[in-house]
Amino acid sequence: MIPISHILILSAILFAIGLMIILMKKNAIVVLMGVELILNAANLNMVAFSQYDPSLKGQMFSMFVMVIAVSEIAIALAIVFKLYHHLRTVDIDFN
Amino acid sequence: MQAINFYSLIFYGFSALVLVSALNILLTKNVLYAAFSLLVSLFGVAALYVLMGADFIGIAQIMIYIGGILVLMIFGVMLTTKLKGEPILTQNRNVLSSLLVGTGLSTFLGLIFSQFEWANRPWIDQTALAEGSIRKLGIATMTDFLLPFELIAIMLLVALVAGTYLAKK
Repeated sequence: MIPISHILILSAILFAIGLMIILMKKNAIVVLMGVELILNAANLNMVAFSQYDPSLKGQMFSMFVMVIAVSEIAIALAIVFKLYHHLRTVDIDFN
Repeated sequence: MQAINFYSLIFYGFSALVLVSALNILLTKNVLYAAFSLLVSLFGVAALYVLMGADFIGIAQIMIYIGGILVLMIFGVMLTTKLKGEPILTQNRNVLSSLLVGTGLSTFLGLIFSQFEWANRPWIDQTALAEGSIRKLGIATMTDFLLPFELIAIMLLVALVAGTYLAKK
């Protein structure tokens, strides 16, 4: 069985990559991809801990996180479409 | 012993796949390449879920993220650019400071997680390995988590209606 610290380190690196994508990229849709990576890192942690828990509460939490990710992406993409409609660009720091 | 080695080989292989494709999102400038790297990364995370005994979460990851969110994102890329036959590019900003923040955060968290003694915590039950989580998850959804389940169903409905309302002309 994989030691849990390895899974935690993997999800920490995934979180850091998602944070770097959010900070670095100019295109709003790529920033949303970074948000998805961060939510996946959180899910990975919860599933890793629910390996040791017979009641599987971690997996229930990760299901709820997935639904929240879907809602977030639907609203955020609608906002990005509106932004493009008004400004003709989806760059975040437009001039 | 042989089976354990094979298991950890697959596990670390999929971990490397996840990390490499996530780094490719960071390094590439092409938005569509980033979308397809995200596909590979999410698929690798689904494989890790299955390897950790969370089969239902793995299937849900493939159906929701790859089947729903990624298609929505690729549609978003297509609809928010003027397609002229050129690759769709994105610029970088704050490169040095964000690299500093990311590497610093990951080394900090990695040091903490590798130094901490996980093995003899009281809440880690080394014997409790989940085998086939779907039945347990279904029972938990309909008993202990019934109120959050209904609430999040209403929230999803409201979010989808709000998304359609915002996106209309």
